[in-house]
Amino acid sequence: MNKKLVGATIEHDLSKAPKTGNWRNVRPEVDKDKCTGCGTCVKYCPEAVINLRERRDDSKFKKLAKIDMDFCKGCGVCAVECPFKAIKMEKE
Amino acid sequence: MNKKLTEKLAPGHSTCAGCGIPSIVRTVLGATEDPVVVINATGCLEVTTTLHPYSAWKVPYIHNAFENAGATASGVEAAYKVLKRKGLIKKNVKFVAFGGDGGTYDIGLQALSGMLERGHQVLYVAYDNQGYMNTGGQRSGATPMGANMETTPSGKESFGNQTDRKDIMQIVAAHHVKYLAQSNVAYIEDLAKKAKKAFETEGPSFLLVLQPCTNVWKYPTSQYVRIGKLATETNFWPLFEIENGKYVLNLDIKKPKPIEDFLQTQKRFKHLFAPENVEVIKTIQKNIDRKWKELLKKTSNK
Repeated sequence: MNKKLVGATIEHDLSKAPKTGNWRNVRPEVDKDKCTGCGTCVKYCPEAVINLRERRDDSKFKKLAKIDMDFCKGCGVCAVECPFKAIKMEKE
Repeated sequence: MNKKLTEKLAPGHSTCAGCGIPSIVRTVLGATEDPVVVINATGCLEVTTTLHPYSAWKVPYIHNAFENAGATASGVEAAYKVLKRKGLIKKNVKFVAFGGDGGTYDIGLQALSGMLERGHQVLYVAYDNQGYMNTGGQRSGATPMGANMETTPSGKESFGNQTDRKDIMQIVAAHHVKYLAQSNVAYIEDLAKKAKKAFETEGPSFLLVLQPCTNVWKYPTSQYVRIGKLATETNFWPLFEIENGKYVLNLDIKKPKPIEDFLQTQKRFKHLFAPENVEVIKTIQKNIDRKWKELLKKTSNK
């Protein structure tokens, strides 16, 4: 018997995921000049959609928060928790 | 999305914007390197992560019913033990059961008790949002005094939920579990540390994690960390653990804030600030002070 047919199992397939980004009515915008790449937003983002990317500019900080808008629901937790007020919620 | 954080639970689930449940799941599952099997009671986590035809779970996951996460976990773990003894499974596998407060304090209590008493190697994590939030906010055994819930509405005749929370930590501790702890989603490092300890425990372990609910506690979606922190800073939700029967306080709040600071952030307590309910807030504060004193007595700090 095909192993996958035992019981009613569903395999994870991200392409079938609802794109929860369309829930947003406000979007987080990261201010490149203020973001220090500390990672506080990464830690508290309930959707885990924030990455720290290497910076390519001449800032003294090495990393910058980058938010995946496909799944960000626009809750605003990152903006509230950012210790440097580097994230602002803007209207969509 | 963040690759490392989404190794076991992907986005695309439908928890409310600003809900901390996925943070709890990721932090707990991230505390072990071993493969994990997740068992889930009915509740917010279950209905939001398993929207047909999508599953947000990247690890083996089983949901059975509301009342039997403990029993299902017991069965899965027992089957694993047999297969391991026969040499059919070589890996060390960890078992984690997630339940809300409804599936833990109330409906699933009997199955949980059986699992604890039989000594299955399972970590049971209760995310406590203090009510049946998935079905519109009915009260549960975890609902605090004074909360305006669907089944305990406030009005002329009532100040909302009449009774105080059930002390589930004492109930679990009475099973002589080797490790159990009370944590809070707003203190993610504390939760990670406790999850790691729980995974290393021999036999069953239990984590009770406060999970502010934006929808029924009624506060803006951006506030779960702030409100979670206030719950601990007012001693409404102290952080402690019980290791081999010994109580340890993880965060000693030297100058606790008045409970009003926590209550006024949420509309479920709005009516308590009316003149006729002054006494209710006083009673809530008294209960918190009493429980805090009891906890201090149990921990070695005093």
